Amino acid sequence: MAERGSASRVAELRAYRALLGAQARSQAAYRTSFVVDLVGNVGATVFDVVTVLVIFGVTRELGGFTLRETLVVVGLSSCGFATADLLVGNIERLPRYVRTGLFDAVLVRPLGALPQLLLMDLPLRKLSRAVFGLAVLLFALVSAGIDWTPGRVALAVVAPLAAVVFFGSVFVLTATVSFYWVDSGELANAVTYGGRDFTSYPVTVYGGWFRALFAYGMGFAFVSYHPALALLGRADPLGLPPWTGWAAPGVAVVAAALATLAWRVGVRHYRSTGS
Amino acid sequence: MGSVTATVAPPTGAHVTPWFRTFGAIAAAGFRRHATYRQAAVAGLCTNTVFGFLRCYIFLAAAGAAGTVAGYDRAQLATFVWAGQGLLAVIAIWGWTDLADRIRTGEVAADLLRPVHPVTSYLATDLGRAGFASLARLVPPLVVGPFFFAVYVPRHWATVPLFLLSALLAVVVCFGCRYLVNATAYWLQDVRGPMILWTLGSGVLAGLYFPLGFLPGPLEAVLRYATPFPSILQVPLDVLVEREPMSTGLTLVGVQAGWAVLLLALCRLVQRRAERRLVVQGG
Repeated sequence: MAERGSASRVAELRAYRALLGAQARSQAAYRTSFVVDLVGNVGATVFDVVTVLVIFGVTRELGGFTLRETLVVVGLSSCGFATADLLVGNIERLPRYVRTGLFDAVLVRPLGALPQLLLMDLPLRKLSRAVFGLAVLLFALVSAGIDWTPGRVALAVVAPLAAVVFFGSVFVLTATVSFYWVDSGELANAVTYGGRDFTSYPVTVYGGWFRALFAYGMGFAFVSYHPALALLGRADPLGLPPWTGWAAPGVAVVAAALATLAWRVGVRHYRSTGS
Repeated sequence: MGSVTATVAPPTGAHVTPWFRTFGAIAAAGFRRHATYRQAAVAGLCTNTVFGFLRCYIFLAAAGAAGTVAGYDRAQLATFVWAGQGLLAVIAIWGWTDLADRIRTGEVAADLLRPVHPVTSYLATDLGRAGFASLARLVPPLVVGPFFFAVYVPRHWATVPLFLLSALLAVVVCFGCRYLVNATAYWLQDVRGPMILWTLGSGVLAGLYFPLGFLPGPLEAVLRYATPFPSILQVPLDVLVEREPMSTGLTLVGVQAGWAVLLLALCRLVQRRAERRLVVQGG
């Protein structure tokens, strides 16, 4: 693989581009459905934010945080999740590919399995959602009255990127379960969409072992909660030191490494379900 | 030559007993079919459990120190969430595209040749599926929830039978909505658009993301009485946690029954219209 010439790499890129182009054309073929899809996908993220607003309609603060502070958490979460969902979220269709044997066809082609799967059905309709997530984050950052320092500006840029990498890793990690458990169905949703919901609120809202497991066992607290604390200049009510607000990139890198490893092991473990 | 379709009345007088026997047989087949997806049921249960914890903690935090919000106390919120996670699978709010897929592929032609009206046979299958789900998906969250949260146990003896009736009606109302969404495939072929609108609208308006009581009073009242959405989730849950007096519960279940009848009639009408324009490709 290492000695592969640049010519073959160009050919490979061209193949990926062809896959992407074919996808774009086929998705735009049913034009009305595509437009409704675009609008509907914004709706999913809009309703996540609306839910937070509705809950703040009946309470002044949630887990010790005001609406403005919570919106920073929501913004980081929805921006990170929506972008990761656009780029890698498709991997959640892997169980179907494994069950129907389509994954065999993917493996025999002379291209990487993961990029192929992602490009085979890149959900362009989710573009609208990612844009909305970014808008929520920008609005939250502006309205939260943050005392901007160079460090916080850097964090405001790095934290959403780390969230994208983290959620992307979660998507890949949970999808690899289907290599072992073909009928895992919606199990992955518990961690992917569950993680999105979990990171949309300050972790002080949760309690007991459930918080320990999701926030620190799986690392979801470092996606939005701790960066938001650092941006807002608030001490963690749960007592973790201030530097945890800057741990997001490190946690994301660890998650990405784990996801890569799990994917490699999973693909090697894959046995076709047969014809 | 007159056309023969499933919705044209059969030539001989229909008898009630064979009709019930057919309906029962189809429902039993639906039960058995879904009982074979045991691993998927377990996976679904895990997901319901995670979301049970998430929503429960969030709503309890919304109740805050006061301990009540929108007419629910902490125990009622916990029951609302955990029973809701179970009921979600019983009504099968999302992911049903069987009819739309069969319309797109043309397989629906086989459904039209059967001597049972398609709405009836799909409803029977769905009730069978719901029967299995109420054992495999509704009971576990109701058992798990109380281990981690203080839950509300109904005080009035009539609440439980009323809840069961309300849940049954919720299945029918939800089926009616899903059938209509799927039936748009007769006109659109690709139902992703209507499907995503349904997925979004139903989640919010049915009371899944938050109890509709969190909304301003007039808005909740409009949703309750003028749209079918609360009838598929919020109403049975409100009945179960006795949020309002029994008389209000009875009224709401009555509204549910009205929606069930109306939606099934609408399904038949849409089906009839669709059959007139359906062209199945191929020989």
